[in-house]
Amino acid sequence: MSKYTEDDLKVELENKEYEYGFYTELESETFPVGLNEDIVRAISLKKEEPEWMTEWRLEAFRAWQEMIEPEWANVHYDKPDFQAISYYSAPKKADPNKTLDDVDPELLAMYKKLGISVDEQKRMNNVAIDIVVDSVSVATTFKKTLNEKGIIFCSISEAIKEHPELVRKHLGTVVPQKDNFYAALNSAVFSDGSFCYIPKGVRCPMELSTYFRINQGGTGQFERTLLIADEGSYVSYLEGCTAPSRDENQLHAAVVELIAMDNAEIKYSTVQNWYPGNKEGKGGVFNFVTKRGLCEKGAKISWTQVETGSAVTWKYPSCILKGDNSIGEFYSIAVTNNFQQADTGTKMVHLGKNTKSTIISKGISAGKSQNSYRGLVQIGSRADNARNFSQCDSLLMGNNCGAHTFPYIESKNTSAKIEHEATTSKIGEDQVFYCNQRGIPTEKAIALIVNGFSREVLNKLPMEFAVEAQKLLEISLEGSVG
Amino acid sequence: MLKISNLHASVEDKEILKGINLEIKAGEVHAIMGPNGAGKSTLSSIIAGNETYEVTDGEIVLDGEDLSELAPEERAHKGVFLSFQYPVEIPGVSVTNFIKTAINEKRKANGQTEMPANEMLKMIREKSELLEMDRKFLSRSLNEGFSGGEKKRNEIFQMAMLEPKIAILDETDSGLDIDALRIVANGVNKLKNENNAVLVITHYQRLLDYIIPDFVHVLMDGKIVKTGGADLALELEEKGYDWIKQEQEA
Repeated sequence: MSKYTEDDLKVELENKEYEYGFYTELESETFPVGLNEDIVRAISLKKEEPEWMTEWRLEAFRAWQEMIEPEWANVHYDKPDFQAISYYSAPKKADPNKTLDDVDPELLAMYKKLGISVDEQKRMNNVAIDIVVDSVSVATTFKKTLNEKGIIFCSISEAIKEHPELVRKHLGTVVPQKDNFYAALNSAVFSDGSFCYIPKGVRCPMELSTYFRINQGGTGQFERTLLIADEGSYVSYLEGCTAPSRDENQLHAAVVELIAMDNAEIKYSTVQNWYPGNKEGKGGVFNFVTKRGLCEKGAKISWTQVETGSAVTWKYPSCILKGDNSIGEFYSIAVTNNFQQADTGTKMVHLGKNTKSTIISKGISAGKSQNSYRGLVQIGSRADNARNFSQCDSLLMGNNCGAHTFPYIESKNTSAKIEHEATTSKIGEDQVFYCNQRGIPTEKAIALIVNGFSREVLNKLPMEFAVEAQKLLEISLEGSVG
Repeated sequence: MLKISNLHASVEDKEILKGINLEIKAGEVHAIMGPNGAGKSTLSSIIAGNETYEVTDGEIVLDGEDLSELAPEERAHKGVFLSFQYPVEIPGVSVTNFIKTAINEKRKANGQTEMPANEMLKMIREKSELLEMDRKFLSRSLNEGFSGGEKKRNEIFQMAMLEPKIAILDETDSGLDIDALRIVANGVNKLKNENNAVLVITHYQRLLDYIIPDFVHVLMDGKIVKTGGADLALELEEKGYDWIKQEQEA
């Protein structure tokens, strides 16, 4: 009997290994495990940072020591031992003076496996990539084109050296060192990340892109991203993540700060596909990320995320709508499967008059996973005529997963208009049968239904990302129907 | 073309079909009528391969091939089409995207390459005109917020696109006003030819004013109890089903 049943599909999907689960043998230089002031100083020294930066890190470290790990999220896991992690790991052969041709061939081979060969990317029309492998940025392309427009796009380490005035002025202004436990940790030990500055009135002619990747075993990854869009400028930024398969949990605590000055617009898109752990729930990345953007007058920040990876996700890309007439948007697809847990959402803080925010969240849960949306819409007393529209939809696959919605609304202004819509649905056997009857096999039918469910968010992604995201959704789906 | 012999089926140990025999030849239109609960919709679901029902005996053969062991999509690839009584909604999937996926899956299964986009568009245009559909309709999410008439018209549109050998219309007339009924019936008649066949499942005779059947079967309590020509439908409309029951019992 050649019949392909849902059970077969389930088995096939469960046995499908994490596609990016390979490990590249690179010679790395890794610090001993543990964290103290000496380690923080050593990181700073290693990166040849100025004194003010070292002090800034130490300040964060001292604050972090006094802080406790948050427990309010709807996730359960064994807390990482922060003294058992090595806080610095750099591929040894990385050297900023080398050209692409000099880069470790093994590293290039790894990019190829990930489908992001630098050579190819270079030729590819409009994507400039700053690649972070473990902690050090090894290759930056398209720099020349960007230079002509006055756009700065480099690693944060380079920015600290080359553009200290910009970094010093803005770093930590949106996400302060003491903002939260993970942000404080990141501030103390961040290893690398990306920096971007778009000058006044400049429209960035290409999508800027960063691929992050955790490679060295037992190392945490602490990226720091700072993106500044000066008055009237525009930039679209893509962030993609994959990590190789590992047994022990890996910690990832990134901080992203966006600053949109008057009438500037930032579009920030993320595809996160880190190792989610195996089907028994062993291993996987802990993803504890703080992402926040500040909007000045008439500015707009739009976050779009497709989250399919990580064992535990704790992430709330937010917008502070400080300036009058500013706009914040959050479009999210979060997929959890097997034993994955995601607690994700956004905060829209309306401070200025006539500020607007839109939240569209699509959660898809399968297997034994738990998927939570947590959002805060806050209207300040001076935010006259603030508007918010929120829509949270959950799709369940099978009978063992969970979808949760925690919407918080706080309004101190009577002229505010806030709308919240929420739905929960299940992929029905009748939907699958309908597709089957039209000749569409079950796995394709599920992909079709899920893509349809996610459509509103997928449409917000730049083209080159949308295709990848769609593929990821299909790969990530496991679990039975009905 | 389609031959059903001694078909028995049950759901949760309750026998619903108790030995159905039916032969439909190419070029024919058959109608199955019967009171509520007679097993009409069960029969159509089983032909399409719905696994909710368990076939306990008998066989369904299409062009000499037993369908019993085939998955629903494989039956579809071989030319079985079911126009659903209650078409489901699939939010975010446009009518165009859905039918494109369906056609290409069928072509793939039959060893053909994907239909070129221009050919697809041309076909969509032709078939939607046949059913007097608004073009805007095609970009809407499948069945989401559709009126009863729109849903049924969309079913027949898909039938037109997929060009099945045997089309089963399950209560296609329900929820249709008289204009929509005429359009749908007209569409079916235009699609009808010497190489395909239609099985109409209905409660009422009114659809059969437009789609004239060659044979009318009466299904009662899981069995076909009477077969006649188009005039049998008129008789049923006039006299109801009780006289047949009495005829049976007599």
